[in-house]
Amino acid sequence: MATPAKTRPIRLLALLAVIVVGFSVWAFFPGTSSSIRLGLDLQGGTQVILLPKAVTEGAEITEEQLAQTVEILRARVNGLGVAEAEVTTQGSGNDAAIVVSVPGLNQDRIVELVQQTAMLDFRPVWNIYGPTPAPPAVGAATPAASVPPVQAAENTPEFQADLAALDCTDPTITAGGTPNDPVKWLGTCEQSGATKYSLQPAFINGINVTDATAQLPQSGVTWVVSLEFDGEGAAALARASTELSALPECGSGAEPCNAFAIVLDGVVVSAPRFNEPIIGGQAQIEGNFTAQEARDLASILKFGALPITLDPVDVTTISPTVGRDQLQAGLIAGGIGLLLVMAYLLFYYRLLGVVAGLSLVVAGGLLYVVFAVFSKTIGLTLTLAGVAGAIVAIGITADSFIVYFERIRDEIRDGKSLRQACDSGWIRARRTLLAADFVSMLAAIVLYLLSVGNVRGFAFVLGLTTLIDVIIAFWFTHPLTALIGRSKFMQKGSRWTGLDPDRMGGISVADALAGQSRRKRKEATT
Amino acid sequence: MSKLTTLGQRLYRGEVSYDFLGRWKTWYIFSAIILLISVGALVGRGLNLGIEFKGGADFSLPNATCSVEEARVVAETQTGGQSIITVTGAGTLRVQTITLTPEQSSVLAGQLADTCAISKDDIKYQVVGPTWGAEISQKAIQGLVVFLILVTLFLTLYFEWRMAIAALVALMHDLVITIGVYALIGLEVTPATVIGLLTILGYSLYDTVVVFDKVKENTRSITGQSVFTYEESANLAVNQTLVRSINTSIVALLPVLAIIFVGGFLLGAGTLLDLAVVLAIGIAIGTFSSILIATPVLSQLKSATPEMKALAARVYARRSQAQRKTVVDGEPAVAAPTIRVDRAIDPAERQQPKKVSRSKRKKS
Repeated sequence: MATPAKTRPIRLLALLAVIVVGFSVWAFFPGTSSSIRLGLDLQGGTQVILLPKAVTEGAEITEEQLAQTVEILRARVNGLGVAEAEVTTQGSGNDAAIVVSVPGLNQDRIVELVQQTAMLDFRPVWNIYGPTPAPPAVGAATPAASVPPVQAAENTPEFQADLAALDCTDPTITAGGTPNDPVKWLGTCEQSGATKYSLQPAFINGINVTDATAQLPQSGVTWVVSLEFDGEGAAALARASTELSALPECGSGAEPCNAFAIVLDGVVVSAPRFNEPIIGGQAQIEGNFTAQEARDLASILKFGALPITLDPVDVTTISPTVGRDQLQAGLIAGGIGLLLVMAYLLFYYRLLGVVAGLSLVVAGGLLYVVFAVFSKTIGLTLTLAGVAGAIVAIGITADSFIVYFERIRDEIRDGKSLRQACDSGWIRARRTLLAADFVSMLAAIVLYLLSVGNVRGFAFVLGLTTLIDVIIAFWFTHPLTALIGRSKFMQKGSRWTGLDPDRMGGISVADALAGQSRRKRKEATT
Repeated sequence: MSKLTTLGQRLYRGEVSYDFLGRWKTWYIFSAIILLISVGALVGRGLNLGIEFKGGADFSLPNATCSVEEARVVAETQTGGQSIITVTGAGTLRVQTITLTPEQSSVLAGQLADTCAISKDDIKYQVVGPTWGAEISQKAIQGLVVFLILVTLFLTLYFEWRMAIAALVALMHDLVITIGVYALIGLEVTPATVIGLLTILGYSLYDTVVVFDKVKENTRSITGQSVFTYEESANLAVNQTLVRSINTSIVALLPVLAIIFVGGFLLGAGTLLDLAVVLAIGIAIGTFSSILIATPVLSQLKSATPEMKALAARVYARRSQAQRKTVVDGEPAVAAPTIRVDRAIDPAERQQPKKVSRSKRKKS
């Protein structure tokens, strides 16, 4: 082996201290939440795994459509007002799964809410109203008397009563997810909650939109959204625009009026008016759009076009008490496991066992703060599988110390001084550790990328603990061992060092040091 | 204890050396028997798949006061199908039925709560469609295949292809036996089991890499000497890492046993317990296989190469020569030299004691 590299223990220890303190400050920065987010299996709640399927047989689901679906679901779930509700995707394309996790709520409501297909359609506006429930017999009712009362059979008094009672300032309404049957009348709100609409049955479905792009016209200063329709859509648009553009302005009290509403997931995204009949299947929506608004609208029109059905394949509810028990049991098991491992290491390796014990404690601390930081930044949640992964990691982390300590002993048996042994043993142990940890890391990465559900959380923790194992071995265990290896106490080879003659088979550190000269003496006498 | 610690010293020096590799037939037969039992159990009894894999609904009722029969009546009337009712630890009643719609399961949960006089909120339940299990298993297998290809590549680059093959043989051995134990005892296979199996995979390889690293170190310049055969050097490596292997498996098993203890006594069935059982079996088997399967396989693969055959021939020739010489000299014939560490590989140093003894003899 090459000559041992010169170790600078203090420097390495200081480096690790900086890392630990840095992550701790990040994790516990005042004013932000510092606790680790718990997965549903630990805090209780409902998890629904949905498989998106294209309504049209054999059609591929694109990334954009998936993202759009997740956006819609997120809006619906957030409308529940529950903190920490989550919607995530796993996998991609036709294999993708969407995972909706809502802490502590009954599952029926959630399944109902997320399962629905989000529809995009275009509906003629009947009338618009203020956002809040109308006071009885004022506002909408008065102007309605001046025009022909009920023109459509479905515009029933019940529908009008429901519409009047609708409160657009209620966030659960504007979150979407209300049933949206394209052949029926719909009373709903604008996304912002500013306006209430009564809408006639849809004249175009999202599926008829072939393309939508945000553009800045050469002569214009504000952005517009250009739309293209297929044949069916173009015909419907021509008919509707001819009829609607002849009608009076919306908001004048006239019923029906000249606008149409773009309805996504039961909520009005935009309600432009027809300026003129549109023939040919190409339309432009103008408005005071910013670039961002125009792009958002275009993407809704484009990707909301192909509706996706969501099939709930796994619905799990865990009561908060069960989750708490599991977490508690996990912590107790982890604590007992840690103590047992420390006791064993102490018994077998004595002072080196203390180093190993300290290393485990620092590794545990580092794992906690790093987890807290990931929890805060990328929303990593701790699940039971993760707890188990961490507990198993205790053994694998301790193994790196065992490999190192055994190497030190081997080196001393070969007649190296303790100080040399700490460094040359490290160089040999290091290679073994890196090779073995590389395999673990590989497993973690492959599992994380290719798996779904719980396996992913487990893989993340496995990867994290492997990385921490390497960091601790390089920047804590080795420098600390090298440091105490220089002390007088260790050099004397007391039986508490774990390197005493009894343990080393008749060779003490001191003997090993003297070995060279004694051998020489022997040769001289013969 | 002190015996064990000095044993480490003697193992390292080669003073005490157990011929692990020479007894490969014993280990192979032992493994073959366990493997046969495992495969037999897998074919004969099959795996007890959890609802996550076959679809169904699973209700867990803590502190239920109703009897198994009462719960069965409620469940079977509501679902119109068979249901499995079991009592797990700490008075928790578990009801498993055929797949239900989310609405049906909510209704059933309410009825069970009424019958068993507990709050509906305390009931943990899960409903899984039949296709989902197939999908996650498929994903897991996909991940496994990719991982195995990558790990084979890594081991081939870092060590050599024979070590990669030996490590994979040991890995498959571990996985088949662990799955076999599941079939044999009839433990339920849940996603947690799959996670456990994947961990075993990592652990088994990790353990094998540590042993192989020592084999690699001991055999680095093996063709440059004619004292030890490859098998003897590999056997020395196994002996030298034996204390490490024992300590590591003890340390890895301790936390897992803690989970089994805590999980088994405080919680009853659950993700943690499932995982721990898999891990305990796997760690034990993994330690066994890295020493007694992976290394013998490697040694046999390696000993079949022309260079190693030539080396073995040289070693044996040299030994018989040494034997003849000592017989001629009137010394009692000595057995093959005991294996000693790196220093022993240096032939010059090895001959030192011989010289001394001869000079002594002349004096007397």
